[in-house]
Amino acid sequence: MSFPTLLPLLIILCSSGVSFAILFLGDDRSRLRTTLYLGGEVLKLALVLVMLRGIYLGDDYELRIPLLPGIDFLLKANTLSMLFLVLSAGLWLVTTVYSIGYLRGKPHQSRFFAFFGFSVSATAGIALAGNLFTFFIFFELLTLATYPLIVHRDTPEAMRVGRLYLVYTLSGGVVLLAGAVAMQLVAGSVEFTAGGAIDGSEANNAVLVVIFFLLIAGLAVKNAFVPVHGWLPQAMVAPTPVSALLHGVAVVKAGAFGIVRVVYEVYGIDLAQSLGVLFPITVIASITILYGSLMAVRQDELKKRLAYSTVSQVSYIALGISLFGLIGAIGGVVHLVHQGVMKVTLFLCAGAVAETLGIKHISRMNGVGRRMPWTMGAFALASFGMIGLPPLAGFVSKWHLGLGAMEAGQGWVIAVLIGSTILNAAYFLPIIYRAFFLEPTEEAARQPKKSRFEADWLMLIPILTVALLSLLVGVLAGSSVSPLGWAELIAQQEWNYDVDR
Amino acid sequence: MAAPGTSLAILLPVLLPLVGATVAFLAGGASLKTGRRVQVGTGLLTAAGVLGSVVLLWSVVAAEGPVSYQLAGWEVPVGIALRADGLSVLMLLTTALVGGFGSIYAVGYFSSNNEDRRTGREVEGFRDPGRSFWPLWLFLWAALNGLFLSGDAFNLYVTLELLGLSAAALISLGGTGSALAAGMRYLMVSLLGSLAYLLGVALLYGAFGVLDISLLGENASSVPATWAALAFISLGMALKTGLFPLHFWLPSAYSASPSVASALLAALVGKASFYILLRLWFDVFEGSVPAVSGQLLGAFGAVAILWGAIMAVRQRRLKLLLAYSSVSQIGYLFLVFALVTGGGRGFDAWAGASYLVLAHASAKAAMFMAAGAIIFALGHDDIDRLRGIAQKLPIPVASFAIAGITIMGLPTSGGFTAKWLLLSSSLSSGQWWYGGVILAGGVLAAVYLLRFLNPALIQVKTSPVLRIPPKSMSVSAFMLALISLALGLVSAPLLDLLAVGAPFQPEVPGE
Repeated sequence: MSFPTLLPLLIILCSSGVSFAILFLGDDRSRLRTTLYLGGEVLKLALVLVMLRGIYLGDDYELRIPLLPGIDFLLKANTLSMLFLVLSAGLWLVTTVYSIGYLRGKPHQSRFFAFFGFSVSATAGIALAGNLFTFFIFFELLTLATYPLIVHRDTPEAMRVGRLYLVYTLSGGVVLLAGAVAMQLVAGSVEFTAGGAIDGSEANNAVLVVIFFLLIAGLAVKNAFVPVHGWLPQAMVAPTPVSALLHGVAVVKAGAFGIVRVVYEVYGIDLAQSLGVLFPITVIASITILYGSLMAVRQDELKKRLAYSTVSQVSYIALGISLFGLIGAIGGVVHLVHQGVMKVTLFLCAGAVAETLGIKHISRMNGVGRRMPWTMGAFALASFGMIGLPPLAGFVSKWHLGLGAMEAGQGWVIAVLIGSTILNAAYFLPIIYRAFFLEPTEEAARQPKKSRFEADWLMLIPILTVALLSLLVGVLAGSSVSPLGWAELIAQQEWNYDVDR
Repeated sequence: MAAPGTSLAILLPVLLPLVGATVAFLAGGASLKTGRRVQVGTGLLTAAGVLGSVVLLWSVVAAEGPVSYQLAGWEVPVGIALRADGLSVLMLLTTALVGGFGSIYAVGYFSSNNEDRRTGREVEGFRDPGRSFWPLWLFLWAALNGLFLSGDAFNLYVTLELLGLSAAALISLGGTGSALAAGMRYLMVSLLGSLAYLLGVALLYGAFGVLDISLLGENASSVPATWAALAFISLGMALKTGLFPLHFWLPSAYSASPSVASALLAALVGKASFYILLRLWFDVFEGSVPAVSGQLLGAFGAVAILWGAIMAVRQRRLKLLLAYSSVSQIGYLFLVFALVTGGGRGFDAWAGASYLVLAHASAKAAMFMAAGAIIFALGHDDIDRLRGIAQKLPIPVASFAIAGITIMGLPTSGGFTAKWLLLSSSLSSGQWWYGGVILAGGVLAAVYLLRFLNPALIQVKTSPVLRIPPKSMSVSAFMLALISLALGLVSAPLLDLLAVGAPFQPEVPGE
């Protein structure tokens, strides 16, 4: 087999290979573990960049292994895969460095890093899956790989949440499986194809609509659509790097990414529109956006507020996809990256505050910004991005979504976006106000043991890196190397849109 | 005439365990130490030999298609034929894998039995230092392999009877009151089931005058005698397999026996009677069965899936949980009859059920072995008292968890492949309710497996472990669990094997 054939597999095996190795390392072998792990990550990132370049130049990367009669295990890279793959490989590196600082001196590190790596592997598999069958395999592997991370603390509370998580995600999984098998029966092996893999002649419309909603309902659990979002705020019991992974890169994004695949590359946007299945998604996504924001305002625990914020923000992706138009689609796809970078920043900051000062509730965050200016500065930056202040990343997403809504003749969506923006401000600004403008409480002013500058530098550096990234993806959105530029390339290459710039 | 290698390849899987059983039986009379050494050596050599001969037979069948061999040269219909097609080889492969690791497990299991009795409680395997285990197990193995290679209906009866007798003895091996009672009950059930089968065969012989399966398949027609035979055979085999509501004997039999026996029973013996059904339904009765009978078996299977899973959630002992999990998994197997008679894709349903036999056998054996290691270490299997056990026994708990992936039917396990095929068949025939049950069963499986796994993974101070289980126990459980997981990845060659001489051929859409 040649290099282009093996490259997708190598990228997936990179992270699971090192993870498997360190699973058998004792917890005390931290130096060897860190070396191996970071080595694997750097290698993976390098391979991903090689592939990125190849895809940009129009190369093909495809690995096909027959598994069942008429069904192949298929890995295949296209521009859309690369968007998700680069995001996951890049943020993996950042969150790993952070985790090393976060977990210093805590038990079960080998298990933690191993399953962290397995999760990232599964995410890479989701990005590279070339057909529904392969997608489903990695989708379920992701569930299994994240479970040990959610229960990492081994407390009865963590176990309870872990069970809830599994029941939610496995139930979603079986619905997705039903949809995938049904699709297999009517249309054969469905490979993700630009413009749609099916043309509507395979079965009558009712059957296609039912299958569509089975697929979307299965994906909706991980995407945390209301009313199946319940697991996500509860999953806060996991260590902070895991939350960052779940919210920014892996689990919820797997759901959102799946929706993009199903709408654009299984059904194709035109067929989906003519079946009339897009409008319900617009409605559900809008409800989820508003409901998540409303719930976020009511939370006092910082991580819970961020979690509800995710419920709301991730649905922007589905919203953009469902708008039946170029600009909306670009807005949705680019938000996949924007939300990831910003939300990871926010979670990493929340974790740094909790670890350094022991503060987990917003009501006790008075003056934290004076004690930890860099961390809270990054937090403020990402918050402004989430709210959608120009020229930050969130603004770029919301601008495209709004234009897309107008284009699609659904002006009411603009009201949803404005409502959500006001609520975003209502739940982020008070935190920033407290942190910077109120007198520090005793707790916030306390000097931690040793003369640490601010947070542990292993935590601070990743925070500043992702904060800078979230600034750059917005400011440089006009350039062709930005996520927006790539999203336009996807629209152009994959979905045959003319991008009029 | 078949190639020269054929006769050897087809005879060895039966002959080797038979010879092994004899040697092990004779060695039982020697002094304790020598006897045990000879028995263990014989057992392991037999296991290696069976695996080798099965691989040999696989290569022959893959190259030449179905092969048969006339014992002593007498031609059918007078003589007895051994026959091997893809399905037989897959079943033999199942016994070779599970039996092989089961034998390795038994080496550790019976090695250190009489050493520690601090608990004062019955600890696994105490009464039997393995001396009667080895002859019984190897004899059972010979009966199993003979059954899978039988080419005629009466031969099936003989091997089935031998199997039932040795299984009942294995169940009672612990020697405790409950083990003896469970063994006795199993013996009764087994005899009853075989009797029903024999009645069915007698009816067939009376009507068509032949016993050879392929001749029966050619001659059988849709007459009342066929229907009655079908009813008797199905009833007897459903009883012996443990299909709801005829599973009443199963939980006590699987949980009262020593774990090594539980593993072999749940994985292999229960599957033999199902194999007979699969064989006769689609090789003999195909075309002459009323559709309603398939629906009936399927409906009981669907209820079994749900009922077994719900009962499993409610159990307080690990081995009982696993036994009810088997009740649920057996339900999946019986769906095949409804799916095929309901017009679903034949190959998908038939191959899905056959593949599930292999996947479930390796996974469930791994889980019973893991449970056995836990009981070995602690002297009990009360789920409530197993909190935090993963710290003490990481490998058995990991084996349990990995094998659980197959039981839940998640990728990339063999269970996933099997359930995908069954699901595909159920949706293709429009019998989506069976699909719904298949999927619901997977989620319920997660619930009952977590009942053990969740507390097991918690960090708590646990009471010290009495005995550390020997490596061979943990490792065999782990290896079988890994095999059950890998079965999802190597499905292509195994499904090709299954298609050899199969009553159905795969349908590939778009071709």
